[in-house]
Amino acid sequence: MTSLAGRGELFVDPSTRLCREAFAAKSRSLTPKLTSVAQAVRELIHDGDYLAIGGFGTNRIPTSVAHEILRQGKQNLSFAGHTATHDFQILAAGNLTGRGRTLARVDSAYIVGLEARGLSPHARRVMESGDVVVTEWTNYALAVRLQAAAMGVPFLPSKTMLGTDTFERSAARVIECPFTKERLVALPALSPDVAAIHVHESDVYGNCRIRGTTVADLDLARAARRVIVTCERLIPHEEIRREPHLTSIPFFCVDAVCEVPFGSYPGNMPGEYFSDERHLKQWLEAEKTIEDHQKFLEHFIFSSRDFTEYLDKCGGLRRMQELRQQEWLLQHRSVGTPAGGDRV
Amino acid sequence: MTYNAIELMICAAANALEDNKLVVVGTGIPCAVAMLAQRTHAPNLTIMFEAGGVAPILPTMPISVGDSRTFHRGIMATSMAEIMQFCQRGMVDYTFLGGAQIDAYGNLNSTVIGDYERPKVRLPGSGGACDLASFCWRTLVVTKHDRRRFAKRLDFLTTPGYLTGPGAREAAGLPPNTGPYRVITDLAVMGFHPQSKRMQVLSLHPGVSWDMVAAATEFELHWADTPVQTPAPTAEQLAILREEVDPHRYILGRALA
Repeated sequence: MTSLAGRGELFVDPSTRLCREAFAAKSRSLTPKLTSVAQAVRELIHDGDYLAIGGFGTNRIPTSVAHEILRQGKQNLSFAGHTATHDFQILAAGNLTGRGRTLARVDSAYIVGLEARGLSPHARRVMESGDVVVTEWTNYALAVRLQAAAMGVPFLPSKTMLGTDTFERSAARVIECPFTKERLVALPALSPDVAAIHVHESDVYGNCRIRGTTVADLDLARAARRVIVTCERLIPHEEIRREPHLTSIPFFCVDAVCEVPFGSYPGNMPGEYFSDERHLKQWLEAEKTIEDHQKFLEHFIFSSRDFTEYLDKCGGLRRMQELRQQEWLLQHRSVGTPAGGDRV
Repeated sequence: MTYNAIELMICAAANALEDNKLVVVGTGIPCAVAMLAQRTHAPNLTIMFEAGGVAPILPTMPISVGDSRTFHRGIMATSMAEIMQFCQRGMVDYTFLGGAQIDAYGNLNSTVIGDYERPKVRLPGSGGACDLASFCWRTLVVTKHDRRRFAKRLDFLTTPGYLTGPGAREAAGLPPNTGPYRVITDLAVMGFHPQSKRMQVLSLHPGVSWDMVAAATEFELHWADTPVQTPAPTAEQLAILREEVDPHRYILGRALA
């Protein structure tokens, strides 16, 4: 029988008063927020912050922000992992590699794995070492926790995690429905200190357009106290006003806008480019030994000034062109295939 | 016509899906199952992916549950919460899951091997599995059949099957009349006894003996009343699978891990 309260740690106070105070202080002015990724990470992500990253798996992820967090050596972050794959793998590289501890606490729904590609050896080392405090959730639970914060309520009820060890290791509570007496799981609102989201288009104010699945990003943009947006391309503000129905994140949710072409690489960006399975495989391979991993990180991240330099090291425009053709199925036969074994 | 274990598993699983239903699938084998069913007896089966893809016409196998293929020529690209809420309100008929361990009641572990605090292997965790198995009417599990996996005791109960047996799901507060429906392995097709809710063998694959299945299962497994042989894949199924569903043999050509 399920106990009535999970014994995992609740990393963020779900009280609406705290959230409202944070949102009361947030700027509403329509001012340009264009900045560099380095500057945005320096100013908006602090040691000890609770960070959430948009996208799903390797899809539409703000890779450049994750790299910059490593380069700037941010410490003791809390992290929300709803199908966090390559982003988690990057952040985990800040633990047990002689750079202190980037990740201190993780709300986990899906971490360590890269879906069908297999498990990240380094993320496993980190999570099996006891270096990070974990509270278990599910993908839906984390999505709903963000939704609760976006709605401005302290929790939302659901029917997930009942009867499981996932619940026991969560920080959720079982409640009785006041109307029907049903057992429900109360999921506490999650308002991250800071979120990073990669979108297709944004104007300089942070009015954003996303194509394809939105995962949990629309709620995340509303739930987080500070939001860094990276975009494939900047578009004129007039373009936003011409078709307002395409805007899914309004400027007053956003604190920084960075134009990062191919910003989800080596992940997939819907309608733009497919994932670079070759590079992702290389990364997993390098993680097998600590020495190779260090060399790999040094080459691709620490010795790169910025994301453009990383892209150049990964094959630059020529590789991006191939991945764009793959996205559009123009070289159908060369579409990448996962490196790992089957998950069955 | 010869076929391999993966082809047989895909065909056996596809046979379990009815037409005019909704199914949430992942990448790999489950995706191939749904595509095969659509191209044979279930043309109006609607596929959804948990990251938000609805009713794609899949041009090739997705690599991620959230990649562009999961809504390629689909009818909607939405949010994860919305897909899960279709399930939570009772609109989704089937889902497919896997796991590192499964017990006699169809409970699944995908979180840790060993002790939770200092695990031998940290696995990804629930992802959407616990949500889908809690909400969807019928859960199908497709997995390799071995003793390590078909475990008497799970190291961690990530995702609910029938929990501790009859009435346990309902007592925990899970929606009534939901739960594991079929477990399809490289050896057999299993279901769950209507009263005891324990896993039972419905059919053995061609060439597989009862002893082989029993040896590959740590818990006690029973026969259904009238065990039969799993039908071999038909020539039509194999042709569609090989020529349309997975022509590059991304899935069909893999070894069972």
